[in-house]
Amino acid sequence: MRFMVIVKANAASEAGEMPSERLLTEMGKYNEELVKAGVLLAGEGLHPSSRGTRVRFSGSKREVVDGPFSETKELVAGFWLIQVKSKEEAIEWVKRIPNPDGGDSEVEIRQVFESEDFGEAFTPELRAQEERLRAEVASRA
Amino acid sequence: MEVVTASDTHKAIDAVWRIESAKLIAGLTRITRDVGLAEDIAGDALVAALEQWPKSGVPDNPGAWLMAIGKRRAIDAMRRNPMMDRKHAELGHELESKQESPEPGLAEALDDHVGDDLLRLVFISCHPVLSTEARVALTLRLLGGLTTDEIARAFLVPESTVAQRIVRAKRTLSDAKVPFEVPRGPELAARVSSVLEVIYLIFNEGYSATSGEDWVRPGLCQDALRLGRIVAELAPNEAEVHGLVSLMEIQASRLRARVGPSGEPIVLLDQNRAKWDHVLIRRGLAALARAEALGGARGPFALQAAIAACHARARTADETDWRRIASLYEELAEVTPSPIVELNRAVALSMAFGPAAGLALVDTLTSEPTLANYHLLPSVRGDFLRKLGRFEEARIELERAASLTRNARERALLLERARACAESAAALPGGASTARTDSLAAT
Repeated sequence: MRFMVIVKANAASEAGEMPSERLLTEMGKYNEELVKAGVLLAGEGLHPSSRGTRVRFSGSKREVVDGPFSETKELVAGFWLIQVKSKEEAIEWVKRIPNPDGGDSEVEIRQVFESEDFGEAFTPELRAQEERLRAEVASRA
Repeated sequence: MEVVTASDTHKAIDAVWRIESAKLIAGLTRITRDVGLAEDIAGDALVAALEQWPKSGVPDNPGAWLMAIGKRRAIDAMRRNPMMDRKHAELGHELESKQESPEPGLAEALDDHVGDDLLRLVFISCHPVLSTEARVALTLRLLGGLTTDEIARAFLVPESTVAQRIVRAKRTLSDAKVPFEVPRGPELAARVSSVLEVIYLIFNEGYSATSGEDWVRPGLCQDALRLGRIVAELAPNEAEVHGLVSLMEIQASRLRARVGPSGEPIVLLDQNRAKWDHVLIRRGLAALARAEALGGARGPFALQAAIAACHARARTADETDWRRIASLYEELAEVTPSPIVELNRAVALSMAFGPAAGLALVDTLTSEPTLANYHLLPSVRGDFLRKLGRFEEARIELERAASLTRNARERALLLERARACAESAAALPGGASTARTDSLAAT
């Protein structure tokens, strides 16, 4: 299963403040841990929304709106893309994200849609066949 | 606030186990010098978590919690066993003096060893004293954190068979007094190869299942990929590890494109490339660059990865650089001579220079004893013959291939192609037995 771990913006990230050295160090260690565990696929941090732009759609009209945007807590400041076995594993990894500066922030976990999820695309017939096969093997052993 | 139920906690414990079990077993093996005992103790620590965490909640540092319990049990076990006690008196003493439960200093002291211990555990699980099946089971169990039941499901064997394999493997390691160490000097290369073989075997069992009804089992591919990525970070200077990771990433990038809606296999050139996973392709190309930067471009896995990369870089099947692929196979045949590599080279040659070029090479392989029952030989040969318009000969080869494959879905595909050849043969002037000339087939 693949999850996107979304880091929400806060006042500091929106002000374009660089993270403290301590946070950078601990975040580096954390990222290393993700790599060593073989779960990290990708990850990036984003510039503050003052450097961002939105394009609003209304029928055939397109309106370009420059940042910054006001709803800080709903903005995305960065993300990780991880490959794990379960949502619980994703949660367990997210709980380990360092927060040394003690501030309040929120991280959101969203499963990446995989339309060809073979595990679930099994037809009931195939499942039945697999069960039969396993039973056969078991009886021969 | 959501209410945390006992079953939520169990799922959380499963997740912690997935993340921590290999480190835990590795650390405990360093203490006990006995991987079997270490795994038993790790299991005890898990049981303790299952008893306590639903009541107390998951601790802030679950890994350290499990390790503290494990270490206490390890010391108890050593006390109970006088032989062991003598052997480890010093170690046990050292441990006892630092025995306090999770405190940051200890966790960090342990962290220093974690990488080394994990690498030792990798080498012990893939030790040549073990049978291939035992290596696979032990690696998935100790490093992948899979349960016996999960391994049994993945390989379509009864759970008791896997359990026996693991018990026997642990006994073999103990009887052979296999040391818990990273091999050095000339032994290292061979031992690394053994590790990579095991991981690739797991990957391949997921990628093109040798038995059963399903063409792919993506879960096993993911397990192998994760193991490969872990080993690549544990032994970052081993070029071939990156070669293997690259190969697996690129092959896995095609997983969702290589199965049709009703589970039938779709061959590489017919795949919808929009379905390829570009995150994995990018990772695969990066890993290949890493292998090459370490001077490993001519490693067998790196060469196979380079071939896979040729396909990954082609936006359409027609854009595939078959000449480069054929020359990479030639290099691969020099490094690891094998009739299977030759068979692949024949396919590349046919794509680069026409089916006659491929057939010429394949015809030199038909007397190869190791390929006598290998379904892909008649399958490939049948394909060349079909392209050359020699439909009747093609049909015979494809039917033979169908009779040799153990995979039901592949068999169905081969029989369908054989039928199509029979129809083409019947439609030819003069009927099924007409021999075809090569010149016509080029059209």
